[in-house]
Amino acid sequence: MSHHIIIEPGRTEKNYWKDLWRYRELFYILSWRDIKVRYKQTTLGVLWAIIRPLLTMIVFTFVFGRVANMKVDGAAPYAIMVFAGLLPWQFFSNALSESSNSLIGNERLITKIYFPRLIIPVSSVITSFIDFLISFAILLVLFIVYRYTPPVEIFLMPVFWILAFLASFGPGLYLTALNVKYRDFRYIIPFIVQFGLFISPVGYSSSQIPDKWKWLYSLNPMVGVIDAFRWCIVKNAPNPMLSYSFYVSLAVIVFFMWLAIYQFRKMEKNFADLI
Amino acid sequence: MSDLVIKAGGLSKRYFITHEAPADYNTFRDKIAHTVKNLSGKKKVGREREEFWALKDVSFEINKGDSVGIIGRNGAGKSTLLKILSRITEPTKGIVEINGRVSSLLEVGTGFHPELTGRENIFLNGAVLGMSRPEIKSKFDDIVEFSGVEKFLDTPVKRYSSGMYLRLAFSVAAYLEPEILIVDEVLAVGDAEFQKKCLGKMDKVNREEGRTVLFVSHNLEAIQQFCTKGILLQNGQLIQSGTMKSVAAEYIAGFSVQHTEERWKDEEAPGNTNARLMAAKVYDAISGNVSDFNTASGFVLELVIDYRNKERKQLDITYHLVDEKGVLVTVSSSAFCLEKRYYEPGKLNIKTSFPGNVLNEGTYTFSRILLVVNREDVIAEWNDVVSFTVLPPPVSTFVGQNGKEGVIKINNLPWHITVADVN
Repeated sequence: MSHHIIIEPGRTEKNYWKDLWRYRELFYILSWRDIKVRYKQTTLGVLWAIIRPLLTMIVFTFVFGRVANMKVDGAAPYAIMVFAGLLPWQFFSNALSESSNSLIGNERLITKIYFPRLIIPVSSVITSFIDFLISFAILLVLFIVYRYTPPVEIFLMPVFWILAFLASFGPGLYLTALNVKYRDFRYIIPFIVQFGLFISPVGYSSSQIPDKWKWLYSLNPMVGVIDAFRWCIVKNAPNPMLSYSFYVSLAVIVFFMWLAIYQFRKMEKNFADLI
Repeated sequence: MSDLVIKAGGLSKRYFITHEAPADYNTFRDKIAHTVKNLSGKKKVGREREEFWALKDVSFEINKGDSVGIIGRNGAGKSTLLKILSRITEPTKGIVEINGRVSSLLEVGTGFHPELTGRENIFLNGAVLGMSRPEIKSKFDDIVEFSGVEKFLDTPVKRYSSGMYLRLAFSVAAYLEPEILIVDEVLAVGDAEFQKKCLGKMDKVNREEGRTVLFVSHNLEAIQQFCTKGILLQNGQLIQSGTMKSVAAEYIAGFSVQHTEERWKDEEAPGNTNARLMAAKVYDAISGNVSDFNTASGFVLELVIDYRNKERKQLDITYHLVDEKGVLVTVSSSAFCLEKRYYEPGKLNIKTSFPGNVLNEGTYTFSRILLVVNREDVIAEWNDVVSFTVLPPPVSTFVGQNGKEGVIKINNLPWHITVADVN
């Protein structure tokens, strides 16, 4: 017979990744469900995916550009500059909050059905990613409004979308696993999201960070991602890949992914008992 | 290739129960001090961790095409066993080998989302249960027809009546076609006719297509009809496995010792957040004794239920009475007797009596006691709560009686005998 399963305490399944592939439809169906449910009984529906980041952008442009008068390198209207940083940041913060609560929100599924648990937080990151792509369309509108021509690097954008995805996936998954056992994280995550906004180059440029603190600053994985987004969108913005700090961010992203998958798989089998 | 599809050896599952110490901190300061102590010390203050083995060293084998009934009282470990077999939780000790695709149905409508329409939920639920999209598409029309909710397919299921909701959920499950199907007591809810339809469908799958079915139920009659093999669990241990008949007999034999009175402490009372059963007692209607029942005097069932459901809904209590073979003697519900059926949360005292000169000698068990709201939703269920033995009358009252005849015994049925004219 094709399916042979052995269940034993502490056994790491050989065909875990194969199982994940077998259940791949669940990624789609759970993301579809979340999107479908989110905008049910709202009059504006999917428009909210555009309105939310747009409003934040307007507030940010005003606060950082007019009130705080912060400077950003490169030549582009301030709104576009802010938006280039805001897009990946919002994706990251949404992914973090949504995925960390995803397992608890799907308690009934976890206690009644088997499937690789990894699917649940990953599909909520996918959901946030779809929101992110919708918001990206606003950027295109801004280009037209400001009659702005982005640099050629914009064609590299999809590469950094993937990077943004991976950067959100790692910490998101790690916090998801911990949140099942220690609900304290429910209170820590909003704080991380708020605080993170200020230690990421969203409203300002990372070139304003003194060189001797650069390494510390780059431990925030979103620094590399946001810098790369700017480089693709803003004319004359510095190429982040020429600086070592980009690779620090990259290493942190990879480290978090490893840590998250390790931690998640270690705890996964007991989720049904813990939740 | 052997026909063995499931082989379990030495399965054990341990849970820890933490008892919180009674919260008698009067001030916020005490509370903080307590929390700090808990954080710093290795041993948690005021909290006890108690070990509890839900399963202990359970081993069995199941062959391809078997239909296996798993029986046992509340807390015997049936659900834990199913959870391990369906890979929802891992065992603490032991090993299971499974050959074949497993689908488990531990709950009806798992994954249903209230905001989504019936149509959307069929796809969602199907995918969650392990059906592929093309598979669901090809069965979609059959599922809809089976459920009989065509008209409401594009209505969010939160607007469904609970009966409709269950029918739709059952229908999706009925079209599952795994090699091994694991079913918990999901069929305990829903309307009886529809349940039969589902059971019939599963039976067909098992018999005609040689699939393996594992089935947990308290309905001994249904389980004996449906299953050929049985497993009996008690306190987490496997007591017997073999043919369903012999296992059911063993299970019932456990009840021939009557236990007519049960009482629980607050925190141990069985039930859920809606209701807990605090006490149950059955006694002789005439003498009030809790033993020595006889065929003549009838009995009274008395229950104390801590009812906590704050929603003001019509509440009915139903019991199932079975004899020692598991044959259903009768079902009785307060729904047919009482008119005012709304109750405030609190301790409900329930009494119902059963006439004398009906039951024959034998041992009878209240196999199920159900709390039903709005005549549809079972919000709590207790199984095999109390049982009692009816003794034969001291002196055999008529000539021609030879051992036990049938379940019921009515001595005063009218008879008419006339002599026909011989002209």
